[in-house]
Amino acid sequence: MNLDERLQSVAVIGAAGKMGSGIAVLIAQEMLRLKFSSPDKIFRLNLIDVSEKGLDGLRDYMKAQFVRAAEKSIVTLRSTYKDRADLVENAEVVDAYVNDGMKLLNFGTDLILAKDCHLIFEAIIEDEKIKIKTYKQLKKIVPEDAFFLTNTSSIPIGYLDEKSDLDGRLIGYHFYNPPVVQKLVEVISSKRTKEELKNIATELGKRLRKILVPANDISGFIGNGHFMRDGLFALDEVLRLKGRFKLPGAVYIMNRVSQDFLLRPMGIFQLIDYVGIDVFQCILKVMRTHLGDDSLKHKLIDKMMKNGIKGGQYPDGSQKDGFLKYDKNRPVGIYDLKKGEYVSIDDNFKKKLDKVIGPLPEGFAPWKALLGDNKKEDKLRNHFSLLKKMDTMGAQLALSYLKKTKEIAENLVAQKVADSGNDVNAVLTNGFYWLYGPINDYI
Amino acid sequence: MPFFRKKIYACAGYNTIALGTGRKEFHPKKPRPGIEHYIKEAGLGAIEQIKNPENIDEGVIGNFIADRFCKQGNLGGFFPYVHQTFQYKPCIHVEGACDSGGLALVTSVKNILSDLADVVLCIGVEIQNTVKALYGADYLAAAGWFSGERKNGHAYFFPDRFSQRAGAYMKKFGETKTREAMAQWFVNAIENARRNPKAQEYHNTVQDLFALGMSKPNPRAFCEFLNVYDCSKVSDGASALIFASEEGLKKIGVEKKDAIEVIAFAQVQDNLTKAPPELTKLTTCEIAAKRAYERAGIKPADLSVLEVHDCFTIAGIMAIEAAGFAGYGEGADFIKAGKTKLTGVIPTNTTGGLIGYGHPTGATGVRQAVDVVHQLLNRAGDCQVKIDPARPFGMLSSMGGDDKTVVAMIFRKSE
Repeated sequence: MNLDERLQSVAVIGAAGKMGSGIAVLIAQEMLRLKFSSPDKIFRLNLIDVSEKGLDGLRDYMKAQFVRAAEKSIVTLRSTYKDRADLVENAEVVDAYVNDGMKLLNFGTDLILAKDCHLIFEAIIEDEKIKIKTYKQLKKIVPEDAFFLTNTSSIPIGYLDEKSDLDGRLIGYHFYNPPVVQKLVEVISSKRTKEELKNIATELGKRLRKILVPANDISGFIGNGHFMRDGLFALDEVLRLKGRFKLPGAVYIMNRVSQDFLLRPMGIFQLIDYVGIDVFQCILKVMRTHLGDDSLKHKLIDKMMKNGIKGGQYPDGSQKDGFLKYDKNRPVGIYDLKKGEYVSIDDNFKKKLDKVIGPLPEGFAPWKALLGDNKKEDKLRNHFSLLKKMDTMGAQLALSYLKKTKEIAENLVAQKVADSGNDVNAVLTNGFYWLYGPINDYI
Repeated sequence: MPFFRKKIYACAGYNTIALGTGRKEFHPKKPRPGIEHYIKEAGLGAIEQIKNPENIDEGVIGNFIADRFCKQGNLGGFFPYVHQTFQYKPCIHVEGACDSGGLALVTSVKNILSDLADVVLCIGVEIQNTVKALYGADYLAAAGWFSGERKNGHAYFFPDRFSQRAGAYMKKFGETKTREAMAQWFVNAIENARRNPKAQEYHNTVQDLFALGMSKPNPRAFCEFLNVYDCSKVSDGASALIFASEEGLKKIGVEKKDAIEVIAFAQVQDNLTKAPPELTKLTTCEIAAKRAYERAGIKPADLSVLEVHDCFTIAGIMAIEAAGFAGYGEGADFIKAGKTKLTGVIPTNTTGGLIGYGHPTGATGVRQAVDVVHQLLNRAGDCQVKIDPARPFGMLSSMGGDDKTVVAMIFRKSE
């Protein structure tokens, strides 16, 4: 069965979640493209989730995304609908596309909706027990040759396959958040994964215009393999600095150093909040269990969770409070574990700590400015060579962080999580929007 | 012999800011003033410059398509909203696509020539930022023949029309020089707009404007031969100008030295259901300019300032030819040589034009008249050009649709 045939009937499990809904949009758009060239065929995308409320939100989201896609491609879409005499204005063409898109979709809470599906995307909670239980249920419902693509970011694929008895019909297909925007997909085959599925996964990636990076079947893969350890390093640094600057001060310093001095799109604590402290803790646990590595935990994370501070996002995409407190997605406070409340990042607070951190290298340009700069490489090189000459605390923290991220990346290659340093760099630059890969010769 | 049987004057011009992308105060998701606000701001801006607004006899409002952008018709009803003394006075709304403002100018003049009015307040207005550009393109496509052309037309209907013209001009007269002249037109527009605090591109700080103007078109997302910098802006704005007879000037307490004489106009209409006779030429614009010169008894070389309808850079190039300043196919060289700059042979679109100031469609013709009047009065601020006493004339050419509806109007510094 080829990809086109499989794409006639698809299911997304966990479709109302952030990842599931994004995957649903990408697949729906591809199905609609196929529908236009084969109008007589029936295409069906079954969007399954445990939450009825979530499904209501998903309906709105899918509609909004169809509108967006139609608006973006209106120039070519007009020729797609050229034979429809009733569609004259752009607005009418956009409406028609949205209607055709919504016609593809079935929404429901029952897995039985997947019964005719040959391609199943799983994007449910990162909990292996629930995943295995779901696969076992699905296996009884779906056709025998159905393929499963899991969005797990940490659980080994071979393990899930074996426990769920899927006979190699499972592959890791890890989209990055948000899937509609992020170009990266980490693809993880286990020893059991069927060749045909590998080929289908590759072809699908091309169709969706994604950058596919292979990772080996070791818990955490490349993305979380790097991110978790990168986060743990920052958390350790906070413990080291908190005697001098108290916890909020130390969090501020490391967050600022990672964002401004290392030129990342957001500071490390903002990133942990974005991912969710709960998710961070959960992934650490999965990796700890599967890798047998007890260092993969952190008491600050556990304490935050105990205090009920979880981060993550509200359904509208706005940021929930975590290590940092947010106002319109901008950090305005930092959590003080002792007091159980947020300390405001006011001018006084900033002034004091920024003085300790020290100035940025001369000619500093932030991440956003460098992103589209065609002299980016030279400017990065200059930035880091100036940092090396600086004797400030900010520069020193940044350099040791830079060294650490390189070490983490090299270990991923040494431990055969990644086939090459280029693959690690590709994940960090495409999935985390770093301006440079962690394996570099800046230091 | 004068073209008009009595003297007509224009005075008290006012332009609002052209609001839209580029202006610092513009945010697409924040609420903005409505059409009634713009009409009132422009109207008051004009009448605050005269002594006796109660002596204004009539109003004329030029607007293209508020019924779609704002779901608002019956615009004449906002005339008494401008000033209490306008209550129960006549007002008419005129429409001729992007030449609505031009039609408002000639309607005002005709009202005075009819002897039924001595003073007319002429307002042009358009609000375009209420919808995204691709839906706005639907509305603006009404300037073409909707039932005959829209279905098979491009998503961005008018940009594509002028893209085809650009393609034809490039093919006939050379791709590189045309492309470079289009980029140069953009550069001039932004440079002039930076001198005009009301212009939409006033805040533009891009250093290499020419490189931006040379951006490669992307036909999958937009047009084959035009990039977005070749296009006029999507703008909210309004302009107002008072027209008066000699008697009228006295009634509103304006001295002749503060007014500019209108000496001729030409209003030319082409058939909307027919394709342009020649893609590389603005035939209707050319006819309008010729008639206006003839009626004014002057030639192009007598002008000190010119306003043309550069809805697209390529239209600017062709409009310079149509206005008689460059021969057929020579407009690109003329612009590349800097002859339309503020210090050039014929300073053109001195305040930014449709690309630099902005293009609130229904207001544009009135805005052009306001700016010509300001130049001739020596009140154009940082945009002021030298008005040679031997060449005391200024002209505007305002175009609606794809060279379908055109008004050319010639002004002279009062003696």
